[in-house]
Amino acid sequence: MSVRRLSADQPDAFAFAEATMQQVSWWLGKYPESRKRSAVIPILWLVQKQEGWVSEPAIRTIAEMLEMPPIRVLEVATFYTMFHLAPVGKHHIQVCGTTPCMLRGSEALIEVCKRRIGRAHAPTPDGKFSWEEMECLGACVNAPVVAIDDYYHEDLTAEDLEARLDALARGESVAPGSARGRQTSAPEGGPAVLIDRALYDGSLGQKLKLPNLPEPAAS
Amino acid sequence: MLADKDRIFLNLYGVHDWRLEAARKRGAWNATADMIAAGRDWIIQQVKDSGLRGRGGAGFPTGLKWSFMPKEVKERPHYLVVNADESEPGTCKDRDMMRHDPHLLIEGCLVASFAMQAHAAYIYIRGEYVREREVLEAAIKEAYEAKLIGKGNVHGWDFDLYVHHGAGAYICGEETALLESLEGKKGQPRLKPPFPANAGLYGCPTTVNNVESIAVVPTILRRGAKWFAAIGRANNTGTKVFCVSGHVNRPCNIEEEMSLPLKTLIETHCGGVRGGWGNLKAIIPGGSSVPCIPAEICETVLMDFDALRDVKSGLGTAAVIVMDQSTDIVRAIARLSYFYKHESCGQCTPCREGTGWMWRVLERMARGDADHSEIDLLLDVAGQVEGHTICALGDAAAWPVQGLIRHFRHDIEQRIDRYRAAKGAHQVRAPVAAE
Repeated sequence: MSVRRLSADQPDAFAFAEATMQQVSWWLGKYPESRKRSAVIPILWLVQKQEGWVSEPAIRTIAEMLEMPPIRVLEVATFYTMFHLAPVGKHHIQVCGTTPCMLRGSEALIEVCKRRIGRAHAPTPDGKFSWEEMECLGACVNAPVVAIDDYYHEDLTAEDLEARLDALARGESVAPGSARGRQTSAPEGGPAVLIDRALYDGSLGQKLKLPNLPEPAAS
Repeated sequence: MLADKDRIFLNLYGVHDWRLEAARKRGAWNATADMIAAGRDWIIQQVKDSGLRGRGGAGFPTGLKWSFMPKEVKERPHYLVVNADESEPGTCKDRDMMRHDPHLLIEGCLVASFAMQAHAAYIYIRGEYVREREVLEAAIKEAYEAKLIGKGNVHGWDFDLYVHHGAGAYICGEETALLESLEGKKGQPRLKPPFPANAGLYGCPTTVNNVESIAVVPTILRRGAKWFAAIGRANNTGTKVFCVSGHVNRPCNIEEEMSLPLKTLIETHCGGVRGGWGNLKAIIPGGSSVPCIPAEICETVLMDFDALRDVKSGLGTAAVIVMDQSTDIVRAIARLSYFYKHESCGQCTPCREGTGWMWRVLERMARGDADHSEIDLLLDVAGQVEGHTICALGDAAAWPVQGLIRHFRHDIEQRIDRYRAAKGAHQVRAPVAAE
């Protein structure tokens, strides 16, 4: 478990933006009418997208909307570690530090973050960057992995990460994916399997008879 | 070795288009209506005959799990929930299936839901998989527009499929924690029984399956249970997507036959261990939760449920984490202990307290700042955590520690000796609390 508390500095109020509201109604449509609290995680996420973090007024507003006690929303917001309970930088860097990434050099990436951004969870004075160490991001064959603003940057070296931070500092965008130009999770140099052309010529889409079908009942 | 024609995930690497039209050319949604027409008993029997065992880690026979659902729908609707909360360190296979072959999963959801008489299914995807969620949502939209799913679809079984996401809690990969989370609560596992097949999502009969277990089903039905059962060996049949990470020359995901020798897997598909096979120290063969095995065992072991269980490890999610001789194995396992400490939901005392305790002791052992007697103490505590919690996270936290001590006790002892020699302090230090 990790201890997570709300920030001491809280805004006075929270209001949903219109665009967020549209998405909220789309999410609410996914669950039975009487089960709308199911949408609490997606809605907290939308709030975080809108505000950058989850504040106490936002938690109260969500509780009212979903007709649940505020404490239940607070519980969810503090339990799930992707919710930021205090403001983060414009670009939030999430470095995976779990063993598969550690074996391939994530500690060097963490050093870069410490040197350039500072303490974890604390935004830089200009508000541009913040960072944190994540537990397994689930892209282990492309280790080490860093998520920058939601998207995965894979196969990174310390220099690759520095280059990305430089680009972001200049206001440029950075393209996610493998820093070494790998085809997603295929081995470096390209896949040696899935090269049989017959798999892709459309023959598998031809009409087929299922094997082992039950005998049609005698009429 | 698996031939290309026997692979199920034909776009595992995303070389081709994931969209509906291209997926259809690769065989997705082919003869789906015939599967539905053949009836639910036929589908469940085929899945049973194929020998498919759940791909999420526990290896429970999928067809059998489906047959636990009530035979008739009473006042409570049935649900299928797909576990796409892939967070087991080392594992990244579901990710590829969702972003590159989403239509196999969607088709599988329809077929499985029909077999269990569910008109609605939820896919619970981990919050960090933003790109994967975008693709999956887009693919589901395509399927709705093509009338493949939804009300009044071409298959004659009304079916709604929804994507739900989490927000960074490993524990939500446990099926009842996942259901709690899907109901809008903290992800704390439920006591079983009642099992989800009786009272799952919203108290209704529910089956929770891994992405891979569901996504392989349509292809099994298209090619026949016999085809699937002929791959691998008895009780460990079919194809499996392995994720090989760590110290290999070319880490990758690869779909292979079950029961492939571990050494073949690494040498053939991953360019071998960094620095050669002789440089191998240990391998975690099934995701962080299973005990590591030393190089001698890796030489001959087969990659399947039974063979790995026989060497006191497990296939888990088939995520192979390779560690070469340069690895500080105590630190590597200590980092996993930190992971479990971080991810414990805090509900059961042995896990909440035990995971932190084990991590703190391992951190000291990684430095050498410990006592020989503490190794047995650690083993004892690990045994106290294991099996004494509501869910398997306690076990998962204990097993890597037990594996470390089973195979690398001498490494820890050596380190303690070296630390003491350097300090010049041979006297037994005053006992300190783990903190």
